[in-house]
Amino acid sequence: MSIISDIVESTKSIIKGMSVTFSYIPKAKWTVQYPEEPVTLQPRYRGQHLLHVDELGREKCVACYLCAAACPSDCIYIVAADDPRAPEERTGVDERYAEVYNIDYGRCIFCGYCVEACPKDAITHGYNFELSVYNRADLLKTKDDLLITKQKQSPNYRVAFSDEDVDSEYKEV
Amino acid sequence: MSVSTTNLPPQFEVVDRPLDTQMTISMGPQHPSTHGVLRLELVLDGEMIVKCTPDIGYLHTGMEKLFEYKKYQQGIVITDRMDYLNPLGNNLAYVMAVEKLLGLEIPERAQTIRVLMCEMQRIASHLVWLGTHALDIGAMTVFFYCFREREKILNMIEAASGGRLTPSYFRIGGLMMDLPAGFERRVKQFTDNFPAALDEFHTLLSGNRIFQNRTKGVGIISAEDAIDWGITGPSLRGSGVALDIRRSNPYSGYENYDFDIPIEHGCDVWARYMVRMREMAESLKIVKQAASRLAPGPVKADAPKVVLPDREAMKTHMDALIHHFLIVAEGFNVPAGEVYHAIEGSKGELGVYIRSEGGAKPSRVHVRGPSFVNLSALPHMVNGEMVADVVAIIGSIDIVLGEIDR
Repeated sequence: MSIISDIVESTKSIIKGMSVTFSYIPKAKWTVQYPEEPVTLQPRYRGQHLLHVDELGREKCVACYLCAAACPSDCIYIVAADDPRAPEERTGVDERYAEVYNIDYGRCIFCGYCVEACPKDAITHGYNFELSVYNRADLLKTKDDLLITKQKQSPNYRVAFSDEDVDSEYKEV
Repeated sequence: MSVSTTNLPPQFEVVDRPLDTQMTISMGPQHPSTHGVLRLELVLDGEMIVKCTPDIGYLHTGMEKLFEYKKYQQGIVITDRMDYLNPLGNNLAYVMAVEKLLGLEIPERAQTIRVLMCEMQRIASHLVWLGTHALDIGAMTVFFYCFREREKILNMIEAASGGRLTPSYFRIGGLMMDLPAGFERRVKQFTDNFPAALDEFHTLLSGNRIFQNRTKGVGIISAEDAIDWGITGPSLRGSGVALDIRRSNPYSGYENYDFDIPIEHGCDVWARYMVRMREMAESLKIVKQAASRLAPGPVKADAPKVVLPDREAMKTHMDALIHHFLIVAEGFNVPAGEVYHAIEGSKGELGVYIRSEGGAKPSRVHVRGPSFVNLSALPHMVNGEMVADVVAIIGSIDIVLGEIDR
């Protein structure tokens, strides 16, 4: 092939490729400006766990150890205790409750097996996902960090409705 | 304090070597185009490769040993982390092997959803391959467009399972849970829009002369050699061998789907590129067919001793609660025996071998990773090529180091 046809062919293919690139300039951008804009998460997203309470503010967990047994990475640590007080004054819904409930986020793999295992709906996955810390020991979260009444939710996410169009191409910009 | 000079290493010697001698260089493990932590020891004569020795194991996590200490259902989450671009395919290979040992019958809807999700995952995996392969060769734009399309698939996987990279969506005996509301509509949106994106990739790359010159006639492996080395998947089909497990040993209802097996006869990087590009269109065909076949029905097998009961039943029926506790706390017994189940992963034949001696934990699990076998043919492909072509050839066999090292 001669050098002239080489140049012509190469220029043609470059123009063809660049036309695709340029056609994107006027279009709406797909990028999400996290953290200025919140990230849209799906309803089933598996983030940091939440320990739930009932209407009276009593913990739902009965310390049955089923989540710890289901956990593939052995990151849940529970100490069960008895609460002999009257039902209204108890910490938990039952006499038996978890005195210590720790999740080691250095080990947790967010598989959702604990949530599937829990017979009392006491533990679910929340949506907090910003879990980075400066000190590895801070990855160990105790009941104070996990209880739904105490866990601080991040402003950097919003949860999509179950049948919402989340792909930004389809949503109004 | 005096320092003894007898134990010190000999001093560096500057040798004036003639230009025609061979030189050994290390490519990786931090080289960006080795797709992970792969080290290649290259012996060069000038710019030509004389010998190439892949050095693997930097990402070794002992997964096969780990399986032996986990209950069968806990093994699923380990498979996610092998080939992290195709986690649903890994889930499928593992759960189908266990199901084969148990002799479970999977409901129709669960099988269809498995096919649907696996084919979407295959497209996502090929998109990452396309983006990084083009990036290695010097085309950056494609990378962003590929990841934009992949994002839509990951959003759908996230909607169904809750996880993006590690979904663990398939369970032994069915699925984690049914698809969310509106999923069919989102699949339809994706299948309607994806062909245009695929055309865009073809415009950007297939017609690009630089890309063609970088890939055509490079990294040749003949069909005989490819079979001898045990290459499978798109890399084998690029050498003109029409072997696809979905067609030769259909599983999960693949025999009912209408799709072609794209093959190319170029045996080079370009042929492997074209095979994967055409395979994405074929996968899209399967996704469409699977989405049209979704009929209401159960997504879990009727095996109360193996499959977790519905949450509603677990809270209202005592026997369901007992089964729930037993499965979670102690696992389920799998009859003794050994089984091998292979599926067509996005990179080739992905097989899982399980030996059971009864009980809730396997006594041995072995994974036949396609990346590992395909990588072993790399020295054969790069022999006599230029250094710059090595990145193109590595890209064309589409390896994932998480699966190679396991």
